[in-house]
Amino acid sequence: MSTQIIAPVPGIFYRRPAPDKAPFVEAGDAVEAGQTIGVIEIMKQFTEVRSEAAGVLESFAVEDFGMVGPGDVIATIN
Amino acid sequence: MKKLLIANRGEIAVRIIRTAREMGIATVAVVSEADRDSNAAKYADESVVIGPAPAGLSYLNHEAILDAAATTGADAIHPGYGFLSENAEFARKVQAAGLTWVGPSPDAIDLMGDKSRARQAAIDAGVPVLKGTEGALDSAGDIEAIAVEIGYPLVVKASAGGGGRGIRRINSVEDLRSTVEVAQAEALAAFNSSDVYFERFVTQARHVEVQVFGDGETWVHLGDRDCSLQRRQQKVIEEAPAPGLPDALREQMRQTSVELARHSKYVGAGTVEFLYDPVRQEIAFIEMNTRLQVEHPISEAITGIDLVREQLRVAAGEKLGYTQADVRFEGHAFEFRINAEDPDNNFMPSPGRIETLELAGGPGVRTDFGFSAGQTVMPFYDSLLGKLIVWDTDRDRALARAARALEETEIDGIKTTVPLMRRLIALEDFAAAKHHTTYLETVPGLFGALV
Repeated sequence: MSTQIIAPVPGIFYRRPAPDKAPFVEAGDAVEAGQTIGVIEIMKQFTEVRSEAAGVLESFAVEDFGMVGPGDVIATIN
Repeated sequence: MKKLLIANRGEIAVRIIRTAREMGIATVAVVSEADRDSNAAKYADESVVIGPAPAGLSYLNHEAILDAAATTGADAIHPGYGFLSENAEFARKVQAAGLTWVGPSPDAIDLMGDKSRARQAAIDAGVPVLKGTEGALDSAGDIEAIAVEIGYPLVVKASAGGGGRGIRRINSVEDLRSTVEVAQAEALAAFNSSDVYFERFVTQARHVEVQVFGDGETWVHLGDRDCSLQRRQQKVIEEAPAPGLPDALREQMRQTSVELARHSKYVGAGTVEFLYDPVRQEIAFIEMNTRLQVEHPISEAITGIDLVREQLRVAAGEKLGYTQADVRFEGHAFEFRINAEDPDNNFMPSPGRIETLELAGGPGVRTDFGFSAGQTVMPFYDSLLGKLIVWDTDRDRALARAARALEETEIDGIKTTVPLMRRLIALEDFAAAKHHTTYLETVPGLFGALV
C-alpha cells in the first residue's frame, strides 16, 4: 500500500529547511502522518509539504531545488 | 569608478543602471538563467549569467558574482536592496578583491545588523528608544521584574532579527518565561544567535523613517517617510513627508537620525526607522537599514536629489559638496508597490506572462519597473513588479494624482495589487492619514471574500 505526496502549490521544492541544514527526511526513513518532508517556495512565500500517511519514504520524484507544478507527485510513502 | 556591476535584479537593477548610464559609468548586469532576457540585462552594457534560477545558486552566490566582476573588469559593485545588500561578509569579500563596495562599511552593516548593539548605538547618539532592556536579555536573571518595569504588553525581539521577523508579543507574566524560551529557540534557528531583548509594545503605531546620507565627513537627512500602510509587516504604500507629525517631533527625529549616522561614521545611504506612538506623541528607534530602500524614490521626489547618484559619487571617494541647509523640501509624494499577487485570493503569488503593461504618465508621475509586456514573471523571486511614484505640491493633490495614475495603470495576464491600491486610496482613513501599521487588518471586505 503506497501513497503519493502531492505538491499543494507550484514553485521550487527544497528538501532542507536551510542550505546549511540537514534534509527534513531521507529516502528509506520512517515518517509520521503530518511530518514535514520539504518546503515549496513561490515568490519568497514558503509552503510546507507534509506526508498525510505514516510509513517509509520510498523515493522522491523531485530533486532538491526542482520545479514543481500543482498536483505534481513529490514523493512516495510505503 | 568606470564599470559598475549590479548584484541584483528586477526594478532596482534597472533603477541603478539608469543613473550609472547618465553618469557615464559602464554597467554589468549579473543574471540568473531565468533572467537572461530581463530589462536589466537589456539596459546594461554587458550581462553575465551567474547561475541557475534559484537565488541561492545565483544572486546569493558570492563567488559567482565576484568572478563576473573579475571577468568583465568591473571596479565597483552595487548590491541594491535585499539579496546581499546587508551581508557584511560579502561586502568584505568585495573590498578584499580590490573593488569598490557601494554601501556603508562592513563594520557599520554588522553594527546595525545586531539589533541590541544598534539600539545601544542609538542611545549613545541621543536617539529616543522604546523603553526596554539594554543589550541581550539574561534569561537566568529576574526577567519578571524587568517586565514589570517596562510594563505589559511587551515584545520580545531577536537581537539578530529584522524586517519584522523574530518578534513575539507577551501580554502577562503567565506567558513570560515560556515565550522568552520559544523566542530564544526561534532566534537561534533563524538567525544563529539566541540573544533576545524586551521592548514596550505600542498598540496603534505608525512606522516613520528618516533617509540619511553621509560621506564620512558631512551628514545630512533627506527628510522623512511614512510607511504605516502595511500588510503583515510588509509595506504597501509609502509617502513623504510623514503626514501629521508634530513639528518638534519631526525635527527631533531628523536631527537624531543624522546624529546616529555621524556617530557611527556612516558612509552612503541609510534609513533610520522609528515607531511613532500618536497617543503618547512619542517616537522611538526601531532599527537602521544599511542600504538603499525600496521606497527611496519618494525622498528623491521631494528633494530633487538622485540617491543612487549620491551613492555612486560617495563610493568613488567624492565629497558630498553640500550641507543640510542646501537640501530643499518641496511637495508630497506617494509610492505604490505593484506586486504580482492576487489581493482577492489571500495574496497568492501570480507568476506568468504579462500580456499588457500600460504604465501611467503625465506630470508628477514616475514608474520604476523591471518588466515589459510580453515578459514572464518567474516564480523564483520576490513578487515586486515595480513601483508607481507620484508627487505634487501637497498631499491632497498628490492623492488626486495617484488616483488618476492608478486609473491609467493596466496590467493584464497576471494578477496584481493595482486594484487593491485603487481601493486603498479611496479609504477615508487613508485620505485623513489616520491609518497605522495594523489598520489594514481592521477594514472589512478590503481583500475580497477570503479575509
